[in-house]
Amino acid sequence: MSSFFLFVLTTLTVLMLVYLYRVVRGPTAFDRVLGLNGISTKAIVLLVVIGTTFDRVDMFVDISTGYALLNLVGALAIAKFLEERGEERQ
Amino acid sequence: MSWLGIALIVIGLFFLVVGSIGMLRLPDVFSRAHALSVTDSLGALFVLLGLAVYEGFNTNFLRIIVVLGLIYLLNPVIAHATVRAAYRSGLRPGKGDDQ
Repeated sequence: MSSFFLFVLTTLTVLMLVYLYRVVRGPTAFDRVLGLNGISTKAIVLLVVIGTTFDRVDMFVDISTGYALLNLVGALAIAKFLEERGEERQ
Repeated sequence: MSWLGIALIVIGLFFLVVGSIGMLRLPDVFSRAHALSVTDSLGALFVLLGLAVYEGFNTNFLRIIVVLGLIYLLNPVIAHATVRAAYRSGLRPGKGDDQ
């Protein structure tokens, strides 16, 4: 059963690499914000899977809740800042 | 009960993979935001529901459901704020990356 959870963890990490490609490559700043949002959603799921693997769901769920709230604050601040400033054209 | 949880997790992983392919392949910010928010929410729903069912019906089930509700509250807010900022700063949908 733990090999299945190892498979799930590996898949989520590979998906996070895909989103990281979008963050590094993304043509506009909004692509980078969206990629970071996707990475943080995967990280929330990843933390709960880690908690299930190690039988400590009660602790890891609290960590993932904090991660979700921090992600909300950061993404909203960046979006608000870019909305005021506008996209820089290169 | 654990097999039901594993089936739900596999379905959720499928949706997450589809969302990642959309994030790689789609042409502009708006379609990428569509791919990210919709399929990501559904994939997280299935994976977390599968984990909750796998844990069994105790307090951990309720904790995972709370995280799930938090994702469903916050993910559309972030996608909406980002797309609104992109639209207000001059990008328009349907034209690709090079406008």
